[in-house]
Amino acid sequence: MKYVLMFVDTEEFAKEVEAMSPAELEAAYERVNQWFVDNADRITARTGKLQGAATATTVRLDGPEPVTTDGPFIEGKEVVSGVIEIDVEDLDEALRMVKTWPACPVIEIRPVVA
Amino acid sequence: MTDHLDPVRPFAADEPAADELARVVREHAGRLAASLMSLLGDFSAAEDLVQDAVESALRRWPEEGIPERPDAWLFTVARRRGLDVLRRQENYRTKLAQLQWPVRPAPDDRLRLIFICCHPALARQAQIALTLRVVCGLTTAQIAAAFVVPESTVAQRITRAKRKIADAGIPYRIPRDDELAERLSEVLTVIYLLFNEGYLSSTAERAHSRDLVDDAEWLTALLAGLLPNEPEVTGLLVLIRLHRARVAARFTSDGHIVLLQDQTRARWDHAAIADATALLTRTARRHHSPGPYQLQAAIAACHCEAATWAETDWEQILVLYNMLLLLQPNAVTRLHRTVAVRYVEGVHAALTELEGLQETLGKYALFYATRAELLRASGRNAEAHQADEQALALTANPAQHDLLRDRLSS
Repeated sequence: MKYVLMFVDTEEFAKEVEAMSPAELEAAYERVNQWFVDNADRITARTGKLQGAATATTVRLDGPEPVTTDGPFIEGKEVVSGVIEIDVEDLDEALRMVKTWPACPVIEIRPVVA
Repeated sequence: MTDHLDPVRPFAADEPAADELARVVREHAGRLAASLMSLLGDFSAAEDLVQDAVESALRRWPEEGIPERPDAWLFTVARRRGLDVLRRQENYRTKLAQLQWPVRPAPDDRLRLIFICCHPALARQAQIALTLRVVCGLTTAQIAAAFVVPESTVAQRITRAKRKIADAGIPYRIPRDDELAERLSEVLTVIYLLFNEGYLSSTAERAHSRDLVDDAEWLTALLAGLLPNEPEVTGLLVLIRLHRARVAARFTSDGHIVLLQDQTRARWDHAAIADATALLTRTARRHHSPGPYQLQAAIAACHCEAATWAETDWEQILVLYNMLLLLQPNAVTRLHRTVAVRYVEGVHAALTELEGLQETLGKYALFYATRAELLRASGRNAEAHQADEQALALTANPAQHDLLRDRLSS
């Protein structure tokens, strides 16, 4: 079954990352890379890490004219920072995989329409 | 199949008949659900068929009598209904048509059913409703009545949960060893909430709904049979049994609550208490470092074993609360612990403990009721009165209402 994992950053997490020394940062990236290596056979699509929410642009098409605004579609303290697609047996396998994720503190799991 | 034409136990009176019906349905509904589930591989379809069979049984058995083979009767109704409604799903029809009763499900099948109903990806209320419906065979109407919510609300929760199970790929299986502890704790929470709801319903409709406590005990006993090496399951079972053993003394004949200190202990079921505490002791001997349910059961056992309120072993209870607090460092545990603090360290120590909980428990009736008792014990009657009034404003339970009103008027 296919699922999309949406990785979500929080303000606290962003601050933690900012406070890291170059060596700590490198170790953190290494843990993330290792996670991707460990789960390579389950990952079917992957974007790189997204740039910060300040770089987002949202377009709304539900009015008479398209409206373009600055910022993410939901203004909030939690922002999507990356998206991957996985192919696993069931939700429990997705949950197991997600629980070993070494970086940002929130992940949404959403099944893809078959 | 003519079993249902052969009534064996015509009903004498309404009340025992309802109990007997509930008992028989509960004994067979989960097994039937498990059988149909392994046959069809579709939780939602299996569940619908069981529910339909249960509703037929509840309509017909009061008049026709409970058949000699309730399992075969339910199966026949479910199968007939299945052939009818699954007309468009040829593969289900074929499977059902080939099926003969008795289907012998593996003993683990109801365990899988419990784990899918209590999956952490489902909302708490949905876990509770699904477990009651699928494992215990309650109808949507019975669940709605027990929780005093509209039937449509329960129906919607169940529909949504079943859709999520299918769409999100929630598996029908026993969790792996490395997941079992976490998933079992989810199941125990669901049963514990069920027990609490039944034990002292927080709703105004009925102070004491016996059915849910019965279902909670039955579920825990089932779970204990299926997972015999899980000490926390036994802990919850003992906890429920120790509470049930005292139930006759908890209410006056007109429904008023009798507090533990005022209960007539001769009315407790001392044989049941002895059995339950022996079970707890056996479990404690086999497993070290007791979990929260075993500790709560041990606290209940201390109360049950005291011949009088004055002989209560508060020091032991305080030790158990301290252990519980390490595992569950939350405000509600600390609130309960203050009662032990009062008898070991004195009323002032208890009041000081309580002060620190105001912020977290400021909307919790028991916080004010406890505070009122402690204030009264230290002679601060006006403040006690005020705390009782705050408790009264925060509880919807009629028996608690009566108790607090009595205190306020004395």
